Amino acid sequence: MQTQSEYGYNSKIEGDVVLTTVDAALAWFRKNSVWPMPMGLACCAIELMASGASRFDISRFGSEVMRFSPRQSDCMIVAGTVTYKMAPVLKRIYDQMAEPKWVIAMGACASTGGMYRSYAVLQGVDNIVPVDVYIGGCPPRPEAVLDALMKIQDKIGKEPILQRTVAAKLLNLQES
Amino acid sequence: MSALESANKIKAKFGDLVTEPTEFRGEITLKIADAEKICDVCLFAKKQLGFDFLVDISSVDNYGEDPRWTIVYHLRAIGNGDEIRLKTDVSEEKSELPSIIGVWRTANWHEREIYDMMGIRFAGHPDLRRILMWEGYPYHPLRKDFPLAGKSSEMPGVVFTKPAPLEGGPFVTLPSSADAISREPRVRNPEE
Ligand code: SF4
Repeated sequence: MQTQSEYGYNSKIEGDVVLTTVDAALAWFRKNSVWPMPMGLACCAIELMASGASRFDISRFGSEVMRFSPRQSDCMIVAGTVTYKMAPVLKRIYDQMAEPKWVIAMGACASTGGMYRSYAVLQGVDNIVPVDVYIGGCPPRPEAVLDALMKIQDKIGKEPILQRTVAAKLLNLQES
Repeated sequence: MSALESANKIKAKFGDLVTEPTEFRGEITLKIADAEKICDVCLFAKKQLGFDFLVDISSVDNYGEDPRWTIVYHLRAIGNGDEIRLKTDVSEEKSELPSIIGVWRTANWHEREIYDMMGIRFAGHPDLRRILMWEGYPYHPLRKDFPLAGKSSEMPGVVFTKPAPLEGGPFVTLPSSADAISREPRVRNPEE
């Protein structure tokens, strides 16, 4: 009598097979475990904490693993007022994050400088790092943070990862 | 001993160096004629009169007047809750007065903040660096002739600043209980 197949595949329920492309599968893995880098700089960070806590529960979207090390995170959530003094630090942390990486500008301050039209505040974090999603509000509600996260997931889901890596490799070969 | 009695004792000890105590809304202020003597007055207030806590040091920019700067010291006696205020003037050419860290060590950061924001130096301060802006920032932003929007500056590879777009502002609220419309932030001319 035949025991367990070594492929972990039971022919009796042969229908349970999903066909996909490698690209789509990779993107699916990737988009459901976006590890955020919580760049909490002001009051918006409180709402970001609420998004992580039980009531809103960011882990439903695979992003509960907030990493305070840029080496281990994929998505920087800039939550708060970016002063000129902090701007170089933020840029450096962004540079230290490994590719691929995304940025959410959370709240009016991070998006545009907000109400701080002053000498001390950077007028929008997009002056120094590329931003993927902006969230309006002062502060935005946690639902809005989750919505931004879902937008990022959509974006990641559409990325042709393999095609891009292969294309880059080929390009490198040609050049060398 | 009330705050006024303490102020009178300072007056009796230092004579012409300080003015008569003035009272406004229950707060006592003494003006010190010579900023170089600030340490002596503070030391006397601390050691003899029990003002053991320096609440704050602040600075005023009397733009367009001479002397330009006024430095304001708030002292409190923790034991009985008395408070007095000492003021002294410094001219713009000098822009320097003695540090009082020798009397209250907490003066360290207060004096650094004044140096950062107003550009007034404190002689004898052990570590007179900027505290809020970064080393190398060329301006002192709390001066009256510094625009709210800021100015451009650049430390290549480190940090830059650009003037903020005010979009017709600054928008100012009015203290008013009339209604929300008259309170809300608008462009307001000082004459109105
Ligand atoms: S947008 Fe509002 S809540 Fe968020 S950091 Fe700025 S001031 Fe604070």
